[in-house]
Parts: sequence; structure tokens; C-alpha cells
Amino acid sequence: MDQDFDALIVGAGGAGLWAALELAQAGVPTAVLSKLYPTRSHTGAAQGGVCAALGNHEEDHWEWHMFDTVKGGDYLTDQDAAEVLAREAIETVIELEHMGLPFNRTPDGKIDQRRFGGHTRNYGEGPVRRSCFAADRTGHMILQTLYQQCIKAGVQFFDEYHVVDLLFDGGDAEAGGRAAGVVAYRIADGELIALRAKAVLLATGGFGRMFRITSNAWSLTGDGVALAYRHGIPMQDMEFYQFHPTGIVGIGILLSEAARGEGGYLRNDSGERFMQRYAPTLMELAPRDMVSRAIYMEIREGRGIGGKDFVHLDVTHLGRKVIEEKLPDITDFARIYQGVEPISEPVPIQPTAHYAMGGIPTDLHARVIHDAQRTIVPGLYAAGECACVSVHGANRLGTNSLVDLLVFGRRAGRQMARDVRGVELPDLAPDAIEPVRAELRAISDRPTGESAARIRADLADVMMDNVGVYRTEALLSAALPKVRALKERYGRVHVDDKGLVFNTDLLEAREVGYLLDCAETTVVSALARKESRGAHAREDYPARDDVNFLQHTLAYRAEGGPRLAYKPVTITRFEPKPRTY
Amino acid sequence: MTMQVDVRILRYDPERDAGPHWVAYSVEADPMDRVLDLLHKVKYEVDGSLTFRRSCAHGVCGSDAMLINGRNRLACKIRVEQLGRRRISVAPLPGLPVIKDLVVDMDGFFAKYRSVQPFLITDSPPPTRERRQSPEERARYDDTTKCILCAACTSSCPSFWAQPGYVGPAAIVQAHRFIFDSRDEGAEERLEILADADGVWRCRTIFNCTDACPRGIEVTRAILEVSAAIVERQA
Repeated sequence: MDQDFDALIVGAGGAGLWAALELAQAGVPTAVLSKLYPTRSHTGAAQGGVCAALGNHEEDHWEWHMFDTVKGGDYLTDQDAAEVLAREAIETVIELEHMGLPFNRTPDGKIDQRRFGGHTRNYGEGPVRRSCFAADRTGHMILQTLYQQCIKAGVQFFDEYHVVDLLFDGGDAEAGGRAAGVVAYRIADGELIALRAKAVLLATGGFGRMFRITSNAWSLTGDGVALAYRHGIPMQDMEFYQFHPTGIVGIGILLSEAARGEGGYLRNDSGERFMQRYAPTLMELAPRDMVSRAIYMEIREGRGIGGKDFVHLDVTHLGRKVIEEKLPDITDFARIYQGVEPISEPVPIQPTAHYAMGGIPTDLHARVIHDAQRTIVPGLYAAGECACVSVHGANRLGTNSLVDLLVFGRRAGRQMARDVRGVELPDLAPDAIEPVRAELRAISDRPTGESAARIRADLADVMMDNVGVYRTEALLSAALPKVRALKERYGRVHVDDKGLVFNTDLLEAREVGYLLDCAETTVVSALARKESRGAHAREDYPARDDVNFLQHTLAYRAEGGPRLAYKPVTITRFEPKPRTY
Repeated sequence: MTMQVDVRILRYDPERDAGPHWVAYSVEADPMDRVLDLLHKVKYEVDGSLTFRRSCAHGVCGSDAMLINGRNRLACKIRVEQLGRRRISVAPLPGLPVIKDLVVDMDGFFAKYRSVQPFLITDSPPPTRERRQSPEERARYDDTTKCILCAACTSSCPSFWAQPGYVGPAAIVQAHRFIFDSRDEGAEERLEILADADGVWRCRTIFNCTDACPRGIEVTRAILEVSAAIVERQA
């Protein structure tokens, strides 16, 4: 049942759904493919809010939001992209309200706003109320609202279709080829289907599952990033991976920064609010990279709770009403997963792998680019966490992930609607699906071999222990042969399930291959960046080095391991300065 | 603190089995483990063909609703110690066609969701800024905005088991979320749909749905509020 569309969207989180909505409203024949049901997408797990300079409580300006985004990204942020983000945040939030999103309200009925890490008034003077929120389930409401609007607009969904390859016409990206469609594996019966299109959007999210302690869903395995990489598109800025300061100990489930936005404290073993020694102005509302490093330092110096590897998040002084009305879900998480009552006792937390600043390089219109000259790959687009535009630079500010997927998902849909007009469908070779069919069959046919789950667990250990919050030459150099040994083992991966119906064993094995690609480029990119910037903290190179490293990393697939190249950072309004809070 | 737990799983592979059958596994568990952790242990250490849906693993995506010790729950939101015994039974959601092991066919469930027009309906042109809504108006429908479409409620409902055409609690919850939203102008259409023979009147206020909801939504109350709105409209 091979089919043709004008536009295909891979992934049904916030970016994919908003793009689909734009395309449907423009009358473009479009299909959305998701390996889940759309409402299972991980946008739904976002908690604290979406920043936009509405100024509903106090003076605010998009220029301030732009500045915070650039400084938060330790000046690796492309400033033209940060300007688009901060300006269009305002109209996208208003549009979401018009679509029906149930934001919390101020007493006079406007969208309520609260403080969030790194978001400040007047270029860093102090915290500002910029985060628009729906309790602590803002992402859930964004996902639901966009899905509702897609149903209203009649968007065609392929639920539980796992995209396993990208198709090109005229060769891969490097050869100047054009995106031509995708190969999807129908999970219900194992059928492989080629879908042809003039425009393909990758909106597949992140790859936090390469770490042991992560806030990410099991489904976040870097599918789109790795598939693009295998067709000649580099992975950009992979060394910048965000650890969120407040994860549930041991299992990494996120406790939103909103807890600190509402006034929560971080305390060490002696009860001290230790952030006063690291970020005296913003304290607990410093950017995430700084707070995560501060927690590690406290633990390393023996000031973790009881000398152990966690500290306390304390919201007890906020009172029952604020906690239950504004932080109900994370209160529930602490109760269920830790057996702790946040109203009366502090919650043990530790940093958790949370967000990829890096990904598929794109321009301001979500078009995929494949080199330092910003050469466009015709017909291919990316938006949301899988993309790197780069608005987050070396470290993303809280809420800006939602802003990113809304602003650039919307831009992707609009650009695709323009680009498909008057264009012929690409040519597809009749045997286009054969390469991936052979790859899947090789796994299925292997009678014995390595377990994908064990490889994934071993990878998660290496990445957590050697490529985490703090890095050194020694740790990274030790990680690389370990990751390569895992890739070698992956060459012998086998599955127990040989059937066609709902074979998650086979699909998870496929996903582990994507994680290995992402991990290898992360380690290689991190080894080469001999400086500390944002989330990339090298203990052997503790200073930022703008002379040598004020540039984006591009990691290309090559024989013998990733080949690196670099791309300049776009600087428009704000010259790089030392970053203090 | 680890202990051995006896996990019995109702398994069914349409390519191999004539019908569903129970298989027992002995799994080492920590009392704080989620049932999902036990399923992963079986899948990753014993038999990779064990099949279930899951994604976020902390109760917000709605993928892993299943029948655990006789009650519909999310496998990622129930701990071993909460179940209070060392024998745990896991079966697919009742009342829905089984595809394989713990995976049920959700297409009918989502078709019912779509049938209640689950989106904001309004003819008035929007203002340039946000529409105003007071905190009290916002609070009126807060409870039903929490729904994650996991189907735990609908598949726990005896009325649904007996009358598979019944639109079911989850779809009514979604309708409620808009009917009581001060910005929405589509209540008439939705109430018309739900006044149908397969609409709210199939509810027998058994409260299984409220009991099953992993998000703590007062589902039966929402259904009764929609019923009352239909009566009010007809009067």
C-alpha cells in the first residue's frame, strides 16, 4: 500500500502537530506518522510552562527574552534564531490560547505567568514572571490542544507506524539529493511501506535514553537524528547535553523547575541554600547547567544529604495551597515514586539527563542544512528537540524547549506549504525499501547473539559515568573505545521475537542502533571541544575559549568514526561576555 | 530489601497461540519497583517477545494501562509494595480486542473520542490578545483537562462491556472539558451527541471509572454533570 502525499511529518509531538495543522489549513495533502499514538508523545511530559514576554504581571520585552536565551546558551546561540524565538513566542502563546489551551489565569482573566530559571528583567537584573503555564502540566495541555486542533482540521494520522528509513532522490544529502519520502514499519503487522512526498519533516524528539538516569521516555532514541546522519547530514553540537538539576533519585523522573519558580529552595546536608555561593543574584533560578554543577560540587565535597549523592528540594514553606494548585503533578510524583510528602518534608533530588541542545542542523525556516555554508537539503525539514537551529546554544533555558517546538514547528509547516507548491513528486526507486528490509531481516534471522537491552544498559552506564555533567580527557578517552565496542557487539544483535505482529523486540533493537550513533558523535565532539561552555563542562579546560571554540560542531558519518567540521556562530546584538548570575 | 515476586501474565501471540494463557515468572523486585519495571525485567532478561506498550514511565503518556491484580492501572504508576502481596497478575485491559500479550486495539476507543468533537468550538473572532477567563471559570473544568486517554476508565465500565457501542467515560470526560469551558460555543452540538442512546444514559453510576482513573479525575461526577446539562437543556 505505498502512498503519495505532498508532505510527511515524522513524529507527533508539539512540533510535528503544529506543522501538520499549518499544512492542513493550507490545504496540503499531509500525513503524520508516529511510532506511538500521538497523545503519548513526550511533549506531554513537559511541566513548568512556556515563556513569552506577555508582561501580564510586570514589564517585559522580547528583547530581554532574547538576551536571556543568548546568555543562557553561553553565547553559542545563533542570535538571529533567538530573536525569532523570543518575538514569535508571544504570538504562538496567544494562538494556543485561541485554540483553547487552558492556561492558569490572573485575577483579571489574563494568562498567568511565573518565574523560571535564567529568565530575567532588563538584561539580568533579577527574575521576571515570563512563564505561561497550565498548573504543572503545560506540555500535556499543549499536546492535547494541538492534537484536538489537528482532529478538527482533518489531519491524516498513521498511528503506530515506526519510520525506519529516509528516502532520497538523486543520492544522499552530500550528493545533492532531494528528500523523497520515508519507509515506515507498520507495528500492527510488520509490513514495510514506502511513503513518497515532496517535503518531509523530522520531528522525532531527543535521545535521552543513551543515559542511565534520564527524564526521557523510553521512546526517545534519536531516530530522526540518526537516520539523517546515515544519509549524510551531520549531527550538530552533540557535546551539549542538558542535565536537569531536579530529578527523582535513581530513576530520573523530572520534578519541574516550576517548584523553584514558585519559590522552592535547594539545600545541602547542613540545610544551607548552597546556590548563594554559586549564583548570588538568581540563586535557585540560575540556569540549569550551573545548578546541576553546583549540586555535583556539593555532593563531591561531602555535603550531599547524609554524605550521599543527592540534595534536597524544599517547598515546605510554600504552603499546601500553592503546592496543590500550582504543582499538583510533581507532588504526586514525589509521593508515588519516592514515598515523600512535599508539603511537609524536603524531596531528595539529583541531576537527570534531560535535553539535547544539539541535533539536525536547520535554518530559520526549519529547512535542514548540511554544511558550514548552510547548504539546504531540498525537501527535508526538522523541528523541535531533534533539530538544532540553534536557539539553545550550549545550554537551554527552562521552558524554551516548548517555545522552540511551537515557534519552529509552526515555521516548518508554513515553509513546507510554500515549498510544495508547483513541485513534482520525486522519483523513488522501485527497490527503495530493500536496504532497510535487509537490515531488519539480518536482526530477525540471527538465531543467537547479543541482547539489545544489555547493549543499551551498558551504553547508558558509560554515558552516565564518563560523559555526564563534568568531563575530562581521561573520562572521554575511556568512553570512546567502550562505545565502539558496543557498536561492534551491536553487529551481532539478535531478538527473541521472530513474529510480525507488534514486534517491539525488533523495533527496540533498531532503536539501540540509533542511540549508539548519537552516543559516538557526542563523545567525539566532546573530546574535541577543549573548553567549558554551557552544559559542556571540562574540568581539564575550565574556561570558555571564544578564540578557538566560539563555533558549532558538525559531526559527519565517516569510515572509522565521525569526522568533525565547524560552523560559525551568528552574532547580531549581543557580543559574548563572561556569564555570571 | 529485594524479594522474589510471582508475576503471572496473560499472554497471547496470534501467530502461535490458540488463545490467551497464563504464564508465571519469578522476578526479583525492590518494593519501590513499578509493575512496569517487573515487565521490563521479564522482557529483557527472560523473554524478549513479551509485548506491552509503554513510553514515559511516570503516568503522563497513558500507554501502559492494563489490568493489574484485577484493577485497571498504569503499570508505571503502581509500586510492588502498594499491591501488598508477592503474587501479581497482569492482563490486558478488559473489553477491548487483544492484539498481542498486553497490547489491545485502541482504534475504537479513539474513534469514540473523536466522535464528541473534542476541540474548542467558537464562531466569535478571537481578540488580538488572549481571551479573558476568570480563575473561577478556569477551575470549573480543571479536573477533566487532566485526562491522558489511557482507556483505564472506559475499559473498566460494565456498561461498556455489555454495550460496546457506548461512547464510554473517557469520551464523556473529553466532552465535559469543553462543555464547561466558558470560551466554548459548541456545547449544544456535543450535548446532542451525548443525549443519543449510546451516550450518557448508558452510565449506571457504578463508579468503576472513577476508581480506575490514574489521574484522579472524578469521572462519574463529570458524566453526571453532563447528564444534568442535557436535562437542563431539554427542560
